[in-house]
Amino acid sequence: MSASTASTKPTSTVPFDEALTRYEPVLGLEVHVELGTESKMFCACPTAFGAEPNTQVCPVCLALPGTLPVINSAAVESIIRMGLALNCTIVEWCRMARKNYFYPDMPKNYQISQYDEPICVDGYLDVVVPLPDGEGTTTVRVGIERVHLEEDTGKLTHAGGATGRIHGADYSLVDYNRAGIPLVEIVTKPITDTGALAPAVAKAYVAELRDIMRGLGVSDVKMEEGSLRCDANVSLNRPGDEWGTRTETKNVNSLRSVERAVRSEIERQAGVLDTGGRITQETRHFHEDTGVTTPGRSKEQAEDYRYFPEPDLVPIAPDAAWVEQLRATIPEQPSIRRARLAQDWGIGAFEMESLVNAGVLQLVETSVEEGVEPDAARKWWAGELLRVANERGVEPQDLPVAPGDIKRVEELIAAGTINDKLARSVFDGIISGEGDADAVVAARGLTVVSDDSALLAAIEQALADQPDVAEKIRGGKVAAAGAIVGAVMKATRGQADAGKVRTLLLDHLGVAEA
Amino acid sequence: MPTSPIDADLIRQSATVLAAAIAAGEVSSREVVQAHLDRIGEVDEAVHAFLHVTAHEALETADTVDAKRAAGDPLGPLAGVPLALKDVLAMRGVPTTCGSRILEGWRPPYDATVVERLRDADVVILGKTNMDEFAMGSSTEHSAFGPTRNPWDLDRIPGGSGGGSAAAVAAFEAPLAIGTDTGGSIRQPAAVTGTVGVKPTYGGVSRYGLVALASSLDQAGPCARTVLDAAHLHAVIAGHDPRDSTSIDAAVPDVIAAAQRADVRGMRVGLVRQLDGEGYAPGVRQRFAEAVEILTHLGAEIVEVDCPHFEYALGAYYLILPSEASSNLARFDGMRYGLRSGDGSDASVESVMSATREAGFGAEVKRRIMLGTYALSSGYYDAYYGQAQKVRTLIRRDFDAAFDKADVLISPTAPTTAFRLGEKLDDPLAMYLNDIATIPVNLAGNAAMSLPIGLSPDDGLPVGLQIMAPAMADDRLYLAGAAVEGALYDRWGHLLIEEAPAL
Repeated sequence: MSASTASTKPTSTVPFDEALTRYEPVLGLEVHVELGTESKMFCACPTAFGAEPNTQVCPVCLALPGTLPVINSAAVESIIRMGLALNCTIVEWCRMARKNYFYPDMPKNYQISQYDEPICVDGYLDVVVPLPDGEGTTTVRVGIERVHLEEDTGKLTHAGGATGRIHGADYSLVDYNRAGIPLVEIVTKPITDTGALAPAVAKAYVAELRDIMRGLGVSDVKMEEGSLRCDANVSLNRPGDEWGTRTETKNVNSLRSVERAVRSEIERQAGVLDTGGRITQETRHFHEDTGVTTPGRSKEQAEDYRYFPEPDLVPIAPDAAWVEQLRATIPEQPSIRRARLAQDWGIGAFEMESLVNAGVLQLVETSVEEGVEPDAARKWWAGELLRVANERGVEPQDLPVAPGDIKRVEELIAAGTINDKLARSVFDGIISGEGDADAVVAARGLTVVSDDSALLAAIEQALADQPDVAEKIRGGKVAAAGAIVGAVMKATRGQADAGKVRTLLLDHLGVAEA
Repeated sequence: MPTSPIDADLIRQSATVLAAAIAAGEVSSREVVQAHLDRIGEVDEAVHAFLHVTAHEALETADTVDAKRAAGDPLGPLAGVPLALKDVLAMRGVPTTCGSRILEGWRPPYDATVVERLRDADVVILGKTNMDEFAMGSSTEHSAFGPTRNPWDLDRIPGGSGGGSAAAVAAFEAPLAIGTDTGGSIRQPAAVTGTVGVKPTYGGVSRYGLVALASSLDQAGPCARTVLDAAHLHAVIAGHDPRDSTSIDAAVPDVIAAAQRADVRGMRVGLVRQLDGEGYAPGVRQRFAEAVEILTHLGAEIVEVDCPHFEYALGAYYLILPSEASSNLARFDGMRYGLRSGDGSDASVESVMSATREAGFGAEVKRRIMLGTYALSSGYYDAYYGQAQKVRTLIRRDFDAAFDKADVLISPTAPTTAFRLGEKLDDPLAMYLNDIATIPVNLAGNAAMSLPIGLSPDDGLPVGLQIMAPAMADDRLYLAGAAVEGALYDRWGHLLIEEAPAL
């Protein structure tokens, strides 16, 4: 481990906007995705997160002398699907390689990875990036250099000491549950010409990757649990100059952090360069709390990993027909799908984002496909049904509400049988297992009171109860009508159409609408 | 071939005879195992073939076999026959050291596939045999626990790395043993101890549980005193294993039938020009020439073949092997099992790893780890590891071309007979040259056997004949080997090993 170097001297940073006036950033993003396969990369151990330390291990993933790895074909299938979703070429033949270095979180003291023969190469991903100040969006094509397969390491816990980091620790504990979990590394080509959008591009790229992986069902992509991790390479150069020396920032554990880390590193590097300093090629550590990066190990003393083809495994040669079968399973890219649906439904990016964030996009889409009006589908899923789901602590898709239910409720509203308020009660009945919409309406007696004579009786009663209000209305203060309407609604337990009550009231009193 | 009555000395019987006698109830497995344990007790202090004798477990297993037989339960093919296991194979609960201090105290929690198959065949494992540390050596002198001695002459080496397994068989401590062969570690010990040893086709026997020296070269195989015994053991341990990705998923050639047929009539036998002549001792060449005559007499057709790239085999081998070994041996770091050195409240992980490896590995292991680390280093990879892989391809092509002309190839197994302890210990290159004839087969991944063809007139020590066959044609080794063995038995009236001096 390196001691601190010159570059760790505190240098004043340059405000982001100012930095961009003098420098052009170049980004490179390395994203690790832990695959959600049932078993580990090279043995049958389970992969569940959060188990007691060293309970999901066996002689193979502990690398006991004599044991051998056997590749998990489900992991190969997953990475091929990921490569296809990222528009990559799937190679006809490739090998795993050993990356040799000593570290106690790695039981073999080498990691089985891929080196010069990655399984997926040369792809791209189009990401939609919001422009500053809500000026719409722009689409940026991020080139994908390679997507390769490797195994995760174990996890070290440094005990004693104040920081929880290795320096100053009294002792360290190793948990090998994670050792051997299949990991996919996705490396971008250098991302250039993004200017001030660089941090937003980085965030949008990782978000899009996350959505793709989720859509493929290959990983739970939870940044907070480490099943999706991002390392951000950043360099700055003056316009027209060659690219600068890059740093690699690790410990970027949320989408927001991706953006902040890139931004902070641009501000820091600009500060160093402005004062005539030199950027040290190094690994840096992002701090969630302060939003800045600090140096880790220096890459100038970079280790020689002595890669060579893994002799314990045979080459991977995916059958072309199999690859084509897998290609047919790749869903539409999330951002493209969202743009298409937003246009079909006549909504903007903001509304679309709220549907995505609420986790109801698929539900809305299915409902629309089943004939529900887009506005109605959005209104119910992002509103009442989401509220009920949250209240009950379940995912919206787990509510026993079918698109047909929404369609029927909408028909009942259109026919004036029920109103929106009663519709909520209908859904409550459906979710509580009282039958379909019609059955709930009948059982709960939810029909809107539309018999004029019954409503007039209620209006007369309300006017009699509030003679002063009645006087005001007669005197032309139409705004006072609300009190009477309210009383009628109360008297009919909400089963009246408020608009109709108002019309009847004003007619009854011979007052014109203001 | 011998068909001695079973009342003769049990330890001098072949495994084939013992298995039949146990199955027929003429002798119990306990009697057979006890006889061998007694023999170990008598001679192993001098020979030092064993690092660990599992007497208690062996007798227990023998009793189980005897009980199964008494109950009329089906028995495995070598039921009740004792065997010595090279200490490089993991056996549940039994110390497994690979001849190294660094693994002292480690007891594997699992069985190697080979061990599992031996258990399934009701074979009785007597214990773990000595070897050069991590199978690096040709003399067993590199064992951290002292050398094994050659039963023919206790001042001489029994070969290596599997000297313990070969010596155990040659000293009548076990009729069968398991060896492993990365560059000749089964065949060269067989040659210098007057026994039979086979390196099966790479992928023919599972490597799961075999502590790796060089993953792309290592292969476990049988050691025995007769070709037929070796065939029986070969049949027990071979076959596909899903736990080893490099294991071949195909039927094992019928090696037992081949050993029983023992027929070379019409077989084309290739003499490899590059594996004879300079560097081979006169006595070795003389016995080899006689073996060629025997083959001709038996009806084989002798052809000469050229394998021009064999010249580069040793060089390529000593780049590939150390490269893979440097990585395979990285896991021995004192963190999880075995030796831990230099620990203390102020010690860092790096310092404990260094101190452990410094204290736990012997000089030859360190030499090869350094060679391999260097060969894989960035900037040197292409010149060393990369070139060596190209040589490997050329050697494979040499074999392919040779096997177009010949059904099997032959050569002396080793250039000399057993040398004296200490003779080559300070000269690694001289030691490495011992494997000059055996290494090409490991690089190409095909199969080979060594069997005894007489004593060298130079020093009265055993000479071995190497027979090489194409990959997955292991049966040809047995067909030819058993034929030569039978002809020599007819000539001498006994097996060569019977001429070994009493211990």
